[in-house]
Order: sequence, then structure tokens, then C-alpha cells
Amino acid sequence: MEVLDLARFQYAATTIYHFFFVPLSIGLVFLVAIMETLYFFKKKEIYLDMAKFWGNIFLISFAVGVVTGIIQEFQFGMNWSEYSRFVGDVFGVPLAIEALLAFFLESTFIGVWMFGRDRLPRWVHLLSIWLVSIGTIFSALFILAANSFMQEPVGIAIENGKAVLNDFGAFITNPQLLVEFPHTVFGAFATGAFVVAGISAFKILKKQNLDVFKKSFTIAMIVAMISGLGIAFTGHWQAQHLMSSQPMKMAASEGLWEDSGDPASWSLIANIDEETRENKWSVEIPYALSILAYNSFEGSVEGMNTLQEKYTELYGEGDYIPPVGAVYWSFRIMVFAGAIIMGLAALGLLFIKKNNLINQSLYLKAMVGAIALPFIANTAGWIMTEIGRQPWTVFGLYTTAQSVSPNVTAGQLLTSIIVFLGAYTVLAVVLITLIVKQIKKGPYQTTDTKPDVDLFDKEAFGA
Amino acid sequence: MSLNELWFILVAVLFIGFFILEGFDFGVGMSTRFLARNQKERDQLVSTIGPFWDANEVWLITAGGAIFAAFPEWYATMFSGYYLPFVLFLLALIVRGVAFEFRHKVHEKWISFWDWMIFVGSIIPAFVLGVLFTSLVRGMPIDASKNMYASFGDYFDPYSIVGGIAMIVLCLVHGLTFIGIRTEGQIRDRARSLVSKIYLILLAGLIVFAVLTYTMTDLFEVRPLATPLFLLGAVVTTVLGYVFSAKKREALAFTMTASTMLFTVTMLFVGLFPRVMVSSISSEYNLTILNASSGPYTLKVMTIVALILLPFVLGYQIWSYYVFRKRISDKEPVSH
Repeated sequence: MEVLDLARFQYAATTIYHFFFVPLSIGLVFLVAIMETLYFFKKKEIYLDMAKFWGNIFLISFAVGVVTGIIQEFQFGMNWSEYSRFVGDVFGVPLAIEALLAFFLESTFIGVWMFGRDRLPRWVHLLSIWLVSIGTIFSALFILAANSFMQEPVGIAIENGKAVLNDFGAFITNPQLLVEFPHTVFGAFATGAFVVAGISAFKILKKQNLDVFKKSFTIAMIVAMISGLGIAFTGHWQAQHLMSSQPMKMAASEGLWEDSGDPASWSLIANIDEETRENKWSVEIPYALSILAYNSFEGSVEGMNTLQEKYTELYGEGDYIPPVGAVYWSFRIMVFAGAIIMGLAALGLLFIKKNNLINQSLYLKAMVGAIALPFIANTAGWIMTEIGRQPWTVFGLYTTAQSVSPNVTAGQLLTSIIVFLGAYTVLAVVLITLIVKQIKKGPYQTTDTKPDVDLFDKEAFGA
Repeated sequence: MSLNELWFILVAVLFIGFFILEGFDFGVGMSTRFLARNQKERDQLVSTIGPFWDANEVWLITAGGAIFAAFPEWYATMFSGYYLPFVLFLLALIVRGVAFEFRHKVHEKWISFWDWMIFVGSIIPAFVLGVLFTSLVRGMPIDASKNMYASFGDYFDPYSIVGGIAMIVLCLVHGLTFIGIRTEGQIRDRARSLVSKIYLILLAGLIVFAVLTYTMTDLFEVRPLATPLFLLGAVVTTVLGYVFSAKKREALAFTMTASTMLFTVTMLFVGLFPRVMVSSISSEYNLTILNASSGPYTLKVMTIVALILLPFVLGYQIWSYYVFRKRISDKEPVSH
């Protein structure tokens, strides 16, 4: 295999793995912070038990997120040194700010929160978990600023063949960032919420610690519903923004080879043939693409063949069509997973309102399985975003083929892939074992004095 | 002072901060396998760095980010050039980072395994970073395209191996001294008696390091005054650290080991300046603070950001050490 293929494989594999834990950590710590806040104001032990139980699961996910994140930071220099040379002036800035503003905050206050419960005034302890939560969100903001620059390079100029930052204000208010950041963060909240809800559903089905898990489920569902709406709106804005900023990505995500008719219809499923550049067949919803693209019942959308011609004129000879199948299907998987997430959240809130969640065993079982949904949606979303940008690393400026390190050999890359993926596999096994162990132990692990009683008649939700 | 110079100093400060801070938690991590006699004592040792090690590691991540932002050519050349050492280094940091979190959540029979991972994950990064900095100062095969094509012999020669081992020993002495400050009971006494023996190895290592620095690098030529002074400072603080440790003046002893770290790392950076990487092929190909840096606008933005944020970072980090100033006995629970 070529160095470029290996470097791309390593980047994709390590990023996807890393991005299982990032949204989980962002979402879980937000929920834990809410629980700590409830404990602070209501002073009921149950909220403390909740915060500790979910806090433990958060810490496991955070630890893996951090160590896999270190690889992400150094991989740019190790595998993509030419890219780093080309964009260092711009791309290093958000990474350095992320470390200064977010990583120090998270790492310091996570220690304070973990070990400081009995040593600090209560409000300082509460503040520490919120600072961790804010840190994770800052972290998302700056890493997405870096990513948005790759999607839509603004605030920069090209000097002597290199990207040079010339307007930090424009860079940090990149239109792509303004749609990508809220979408990703809402997705992260939904991820945390669905993990909490799914584990709670499992425990409710087993009738264990119902007090803790019914409350946890309620909090998670409220967060999930709000996030679900946020995901839908921001996702729509993002798609509309991409229509103008990266039309090729959107055309690929629609499997649209030729220009669409007016009004444009949205392809639900299609059999895409990338060789002949056509779809063998497809099922389409009339008007839907016009609505998606322009909030209107009319308007046509440019297809990939037209865009290929335009790009050839603009950037010179080359293949500017990304791997269409991957982009098309990842987009659909993301949207469908997102829709199911919203439906399940709405249903959950309904059951909670009617106070008969406990009897919905089918729904609760579905919620256990639904833990996978946000992870699928997150991964699919990134596959669409990153593969849809190919052949570029920085859209319109620098290609992936140009980016790779010239001095790293295939053997070295292969070694690192084996080492990292081996370590990641072991981590995954340990991680799942540990989380299962935490779940089995339940919330009262330290004292074990609290009875495992069913409180659901006495105490209504949200009390 | 130009912004390029300022950023060279900031990068150096971040590395010095990293070595002083994570240096002791590397040392504590190494000592868990032979200083502690039972599980309780291992827990006690890990507890001394529990609230800190993560933030200490961020100093390194920030140093990496700062190099990327301020000196992208340095970042690109160094990380691609030291590819395999970095793979080893990152693997060590992975197992170390999760080991701290996993060890008290796993079944008892696995605790020992994760403690071994803390040991390995503490010793390897110290060694690799020691090798990295010494070989980087001595010179690596960097060509006209600013790319480094290095082979095994370029990474490892007597100087860099001594550098790697010296870093391990220095971290260990620093960590054992930290244990003296942070613990009470038997382990505190044992740490002190062990450190008194290791001081001799450290002293010998520093002298070998000084001789090799003289014969194998140009640091004495480019800084005829500063290099010997810093080396002398490192030796003197090592001797003083030994004396204070023997007198049970732990805080002073710790100040001395931190100073030894400061002198050693500062010597390397001062000797390097204004270069950031030395080419062994030709001095024309050296990377410097001018030809490896970002543009003036980026440096300006980064300077403003760093000047605003650093006081807060330093403030709350110092505060966190103040919060956890109490000594740790072997009776405290490890989990929160």
C-alpha cells in the first residue's frame, strides 16, 4: 500500500475511535454538572449518588478521550508534515488556544472535582464540574474552528505558497464554524443523554435502583429532546450553507450527477454507480431537495458533473468528485439516526409525563439498543464531512495527496497503525468491561447501605 | 525582543514547566513498582499525584500546540522525523493515562497489571524525551527541504542514550523527593533512604552528560559562558538536594531537584537558540526561530491570547496544589 493510503487509513481509524469518546465526554459531563447542580440546590442524597455514578462513567470515557486525543494532535506533524508546513501559520493557532483555554481548565478542575468534594466549599466544588463542562465545549469550539478552516478557508491569504492568517476575527467567525459548532455540540449532548437514558432503561427494566435511574432517565430525555431539536435545526442550516460553500459535497450526498430539475426532488435511496457516474435507480421525494436547499418549493441544484467541469476550470485538471457512495450513505445514516433519536426522545417524554414509563418494557428495551444511535450518527456525520471534502485537505487550496509526510515510510506507518490499533482494541475491551462493571455495581457502590427498593409509587418523576 | 524570540522563550518555558511538573509524577509513577511494598502503599503513591498528573501532561500538549502555531516547520520536521520514537512515546502515554483511571475501577487481580502500565508509561516518555532533546541539540540529518531522514543510529548515540537515562534518573529523584513532601508514615522514610542512593547515580550521570556535551555538541562553543554555568548549576543543586534530603528538609530538597531540571533543560534551549533544530548535514539547513516560524500576524495573535490566558492557567494550577496540600497517609481511600 501507498504511504498516502496508509496515512489516510490511520487518520480515519484514529479519528473515528477518538470521536466515540469526545461527544460522550462532552455530553456526560454536562449531565453530571446538571445533577451536581440539583444536588447543590435540593441537597438530596439521591442527586449526589447520581452525580457519582454517572461521573464514574464519564471519567472512564474522558480518560480514553484524552489519550486518543494526544495522538490526534501529534499525528498532523507525524503523518501530514507537508500539510503542517502549508497551514501551520493558521491551523496551529486554534490547536494552541484549545490547549491553553480548554485542556488546562478540564485537566485541573477534573482533579479538583474528583478529589476535592470534602475539601472545598460546596459552591467551589459545583463550579469545578461546570468549569470542566465549559472546558470540553471550548475544546470543541477550537478544534471545530480548525476543521472549519479546512472546509472553508477564510481569514487567510496565500503567500509564497503557504496559507497565512491575516484576519483572526474572520477565522473565528467562519460561517462554516457557526453552523458546525452548534450542530456538533448538540450531537454531543444527545450522545451523553442517550447513554444515560439507555443504561437507565436497562436498570429500570431490571427494577434496580429505580429512584436513581428514573430521575436520570428524565433528565436525559429533557436534554435529548432539546438537543434533538438543536441538531435538526443546525443540521438544516449546515446543509443550506454547504449548498453555497461546498456544493460538490452536497451534490455527492444527494447522489446528484446531473443538475436537478426545478423543483428538485430528494433522493431517499439510490443505487449509485461511481464507475459510470450515474444512478441505476433511485427513490425520490418531490420538492424535498428544493426545500432542503433553499427553503422553497422551487430551485434546481447543480450536479457533480457540472461542478466537476467548473472545478476543472477553476483548479486545473483533476478528479474533484469525492467517493460518492460513502458520502451519500453516511448522510442518510446520519439523518435517519437523528430522526429516530428525536422520535424516541419525544416518546420518552410522553411516557414520563403520563407516569407510566416503567410499564413500557418494549420502549425501554429499544432505548438500550438506541445507545448506539448517536454514535452511528456522529460517525456518519464526520465521514460525510471529511470524505465529502476530498480530494482536498483545505478546500480549494491543498490536496490530501500533497499533505502527506515525504520522509515517513510505509513500514513506519504500518508499524504505527498496528501499535495504535492494537492498543485501541485492548482499550475498547477494557473500557466496555469497566463500564459494564460500573453499571452492574450500580450507584450505591461505596456504602451499599441503601436498600434496593422500588420507590416509584411514592415519588413521582422530577420531584 | 522580537515575537519570534518571545515564542522561543515561551516554548522553552512550557517544556521547563512540563519537565518540572510531570517530571515528578513520572518519578512517582516509576517508583510505584519498587518503593511500595503492598497495594495500600501503591495506592498511597498514586494518590500523591492523582489530582495533578493530568494537568501536568497538558503542559506538554500545550508545548506541542505552541510549536505548531509559532514554529510550524519545527513541528513538521520534528514529529515526522522522530516518527517511531514518537509512536513508542504516545503508546506509553496512552497506557499511562488510562492506567490512572482504570486501576481502581478494575478487579483486584488486574490492579497490578495497571500499576505496571503506570511504571512503563512513566519510564518510557522520560527516556524518549531525554533522547529527543539531546539528539536534537547534537544535530539530526535535516536536508534542504527541511525534512529529517533519520535512522536508528541518528536517534541513539552515547550522548542521547546518556541524555535519556539521565532524564529517567532525574525524574526519579524528583519524584521520590515529591513523595517525601506528600506522604507520611513508613513510605516517606523509605523514599528518603532510597533517594540518597540514587543521588550518586544522578551525580555521575550529570558529569558524564557534561563531558559528552563538551565533546559531542557545540554548546560550549556557542555559549562559552552559559553552558558551563548551567551545568555547574545542575551539579550544585544536585549536591544541595542530597544535603537537604538527608536533613529532612523536603521542601528545600524538592526546590533543588526542580532547579536541577530547570538548569538542564534551560541549558539545552539556551544552547539551541536561535536554532530550533540543528542539522547534522549542514548548518545552512538548521531550522531557526526565523525560518521555521509563523508569520508576524499569527505570532501577534498568539501573543495576545497567551498573555491573556497564562495568568489564569498559572493561577488556578497553583491554587489546585494549594487545595491538595495535605499529606497522604496509607489509610485514605483512592477513589473519590
